Amino acid sequence: MEYVSLFVKSIFVDNMIFAYFLGMCSYLAVSKNVKTANGLGLAVIFVLLCTLPLNYLLNRYVLLPGALAWLGEGFAEVDLSFLSFIIFIAVIAAFTQLVEMIVERFLPSLYSSLGIYLPLIAVNCAILGGSLFMQQKEFSNVGESAVYALGSGIGWYLAIVALAAIREKMAYSNVPAPLKGIGITFITVGLMGIAFMIFMGISL
Amino acid sequence: MANLKETFLNPILKGNPITVLVLGICSSLAVTVELKGACVMALSVIIVTGVSSLICSLLRKTIPNRVRIIIQLVVVAMMVILVDQVLKAFAYTIDKQLSVYIGLIITNCIVMGRIEAFALGNKPWPSLVDGFANGLGYGLIIIVVAFFRELLGSGTLFGLHVLPAGYVPNNLVILPPFALILLGCIIWAHRAFDKELQEK
Repeated sequence: MEYVSLFVKSIFVDNMIFAYFLGMCSYLAVSKNVKTANGLGLAVIFVLLCTLPLNYLLNRYVLLPGALAWLGEGFAEVDLSFLSFIIFIAVIAAFTQLVEMIVERFLPSLYSSLGIYLPLIAVNCAILGGSLFMQQKEFSNVGESAVYALGSGIGWYLAIVALAAIREKMAYSNVPAPLKGIGITFITVGLMGIAFMIFMGISL
Repeated sequence: MANLKETFLNPILKGNPITVLVLGICSSLAVTVELKGACVMALSVIIVTGVSSLICSLLRKTIPNRVRIIIQLVVVAMMVILVDQVLKAFAYTIDKQLSVYIGLIITNCIVMGRIEAFALGNKPWPSLVDGFANGLGYGLIIIVVAFFRELLGSGTLFGLHVLPAGYVPNNLVILPPFALILLGCIIWAHRAFDKELQEK
C-alpha cells in the first residue's frame, strides 16, 4: 500500500514540473509537437528509473556519515556527504553516455529518432533533482526509491505530452505578437500548474 | 575593447539567458518567493557561471571532444560544491531554504550552455566576462520576479513591511505557478519594447 501511495503522490502531488519546476529547459524547448515530446518523456522515465536507485545505493553505502562502516572499523567515522553532487552528476552523465552508446549500437532506428535528446538528459534538472530529493526524503530501501523514480518520471512524461498537445492546438490561435512563442507557453504552463494544485494537500 | 563591452552587455539585454534563450528556468522559479533567497541564488549563479567558463576556457585545448560533457559537469559540480559549502558555513538558514536548488545550479542550462557555446571557442578573459554577464542577466530577471512576488504576496521587501497595514496579501502570488505567469508577462513586456525578438 505504501508503494501505491508513494507512486500516486510522486506523479500528481509532487509533480516534477508543476510542483518543483524541474527539467523546465528541455520541457519548454522540446514540447513543440507530441511525437518528440513522447520520445523525450520515455527517455526521461528510463534514465530516472535507472540512475535513482543506483544513486540511492551510493548514498546509503558510500556517502552518508558512517555509511562506509561495512569496510571496517576505521571507516565508521567517515562523512563523504559533501561529495554527493559530484558523485550523482557523474553517475547520471556516465549513465546517459552509456545508454547513448548502447542505443546507437543496437537500436539505430530509435537512436536516430531520439538522438539529440539523449545527451540532453544528462543536464535535465529533473534527473539530478530526483536524486537530490531522494537524498532529502530518506527512503528506507531501494524499492521505495525505484517507485519514486518511476512515479516522478511518469509525472514528467504526462506534463510534457499534455503541454505539447496544447501547443499543437495553440498554433492555430491568434496570440498577440510579443507574446507569441515562448511567452504564451509560460502562461499556459502557469495555468496548468494552477490546475495541478488541486492535488496539493491530498494525503494518501 | 568594444567587443568585450558587447560581450558583457549582450547577455543582459538582447540575449538575456532567461527571457530570450529560455535557459535556466528550473531553478529561477522556485527561489523567487523572497528577495533574499533570490539575491543569494543570483550571486551563486554569477560566481559559478563566471568561474567555470574561465576554467573550461583554459582547458579547451586539452579536453577530448567525446567526453567533454562529463568534464564540464565535473568542473561545474566542483564550483557548486564550493559555493554550497561556503553558504552552509556563513548563511545556513538561507542554504536550508534554497535546499536542492543550489545543487541544481549544476544542471542549470545557462552554465552548460555558455560553456558549450562560448567558452570552448574563446580565450579565457572574454569567457570570464561572458559567464559573469550571463549570470548577471539571470540574476536580474529572478530579482525582478522575486521583487513582485514578495511585494504582492506578503507585502514585504527583504522581510520588512513596506505596504500599508491594511494590505491583504495575495496568496496566489506565493504559489509556484504564478512565477511562470509573471515570467510570461516579463517576456511580453520585453518583446513589446524590442520588436526584433518577436517570434513569427
